[in-house]
Amino acid sequence: MIQTGTPIVKRGFARMQKGGVIMDVVNEDQAILAEKAGAVAVMVLERVPADIRAAGGIARMADPARIERVMQAVTIPIMAKARIGHFAEAQVLQQIGVDMIDESEVLSVADEERHIDKKAFTVPFVCGAKNLGEALRRIDEGAAMIRTKGEPGTGNIVQAVRHTRCIQNEILELESLSQNALQQKAQQMRVPLELVTQTKEMSRLPVVNFAAGGIATPADAALLMQLGVDGVFVGSGIFKSDNPEAYAKAIVSATQKFDDPHVVADASKMLGSAMKGEEKPAVRMQERSQ
Amino acid sequence: MNIAVVGVQGAVLEHVHATEKAMKNLNFHGAVSWAKDRLALENADAAILPGGESTTISKLIDKNEMKDALEDLPILGTCAGMVLLAKTGGIQVQQTGQKLLQRMDFCVERNAFGRQRESFQAPVHVSFLEEPFPGIFIRAPSASNVQAPAQSVAFFNETVVGVEQQNALALAFHPELSGDLRLHEHFLLNFVKR
Repeated sequence: MIQTGTPIVKRGFARMQKGGVIMDVVNEDQAILAEKAGAVAVMVLERVPADIRAAGGIARMADPARIERVMQAVTIPIMAKARIGHFAEAQVLQQIGVDMIDESEVLSVADEERHIDKKAFTVPFVCGAKNLGEALRRIDEGAAMIRTKGEPGTGNIVQAVRHTRCIQNEILELESLSQNALQQKAQQMRVPLELVTQTKEMSRLPVVNFAAGGIATPADAALLMQLGVDGVFVGSGIFKSDNPEAYAKAIVSATQKFDDPHVVADASKMLGSAMKGEEKPAVRMQERSQ
Repeated sequence: MNIAVVGVQGAVLEHVHATEKAMKNLNFHGAVSWAKDRLALENADAAILPGGESTTISKLIDKNEMKDALEDLPILGTCAGMVLLAKTGGIQVQQTGQKLLQRMDFCVERNAFGRQRESFQAPVHVSFLEEPFPGIFIRAPSASNVQAPAQSVAFFNETVVGVEQQNALALAFHPELSGDLRLHEHFLLNFVKR
């Protein structure tokens, strides 16, 4: 009596990532560096978000051969991105054995109306959200983990902070609502009442919640962790910095001891330059899909 | 009774909650803490090594100088925790050169059942429990070459998924996610001095 792909097994995987840093990589050398630095998982991409942004054009799932090479090089979990709504890309990623699929707005959108039916998959999914309604809709579709949408590839933390605070404020607001008002709220957000009630009772999202998008320094990671996220994704921040190895280790330390300024200060010293980043991005990726 | 859950990465809070409930069931007085470094282990009567990524946890145990304290405390390790308690490791442990605490006489194979796609739930036979335990296996390890004084205590089919040795208990699965407190209670009753 073996059951695979149950909600407990999928959400359990996400729970094991808590307190950790998930790093974007484009090849096996970067993945090995990430594993050595203490990453809990790597996200394999064709290009890091900063380069996707610069390159323009259509951004798709990474070449499965590239993903397989990384899978053979490291022992930590491997994640990869599928386009929003592109369930055939997700089927390919599950087929080759990716441990978690990111249905991601960093790539081009494949379906403007529907996200992937994530319950139909054995592997767990992580999805982006910038408010509570979006987060709960993704969870209702089967997402085992939520991340903020942030502003990928910019090195600018402002959106990740905004989305984290927005989700938390909306959860706080649930506390004062009557049963009737909760029902209305659930209808407004287009999710079942029981999911809203569960969120209210837990005072947090019912799945693991990471921050993503624009995290470039150890202090950025410490900020988001203090705001209450369970862990962080670091995209372009590490491999666009002067010294990726030092940066990767520093972000891991700061994420673990986010509430100890002494550790975050030590982690922030002698790193060289962070990624340059941009204040006003040309394309607002998170607006590509709601 | 002070129980410290080693809290450098992974499913820490789940163990804190399960242990608190188990203590309450047993009517034990004490506290369960989230231990982030060596200092936090000083007053502990026992430690729990949670699930997470064993490569990450072993690095952070080193960095936070927790290794010495974890050498003699009564200890429960689940999943990644089991990996770290093993004396030797199979190919994935060798590949990453990760440091094990080496407290128990068995060899650990990481990801013994496959990748996340193969992660599963199934009943586990535990030698000291009357009824099977609801096993939750997430990229789980397994034990082999279990040598006395270590003893195999939990099995999934023929595979060893639980080992006991003196004051240490290693489990390949996640009792902290199961809602079943029997293994936490067993640990508190039989491994920790009152």
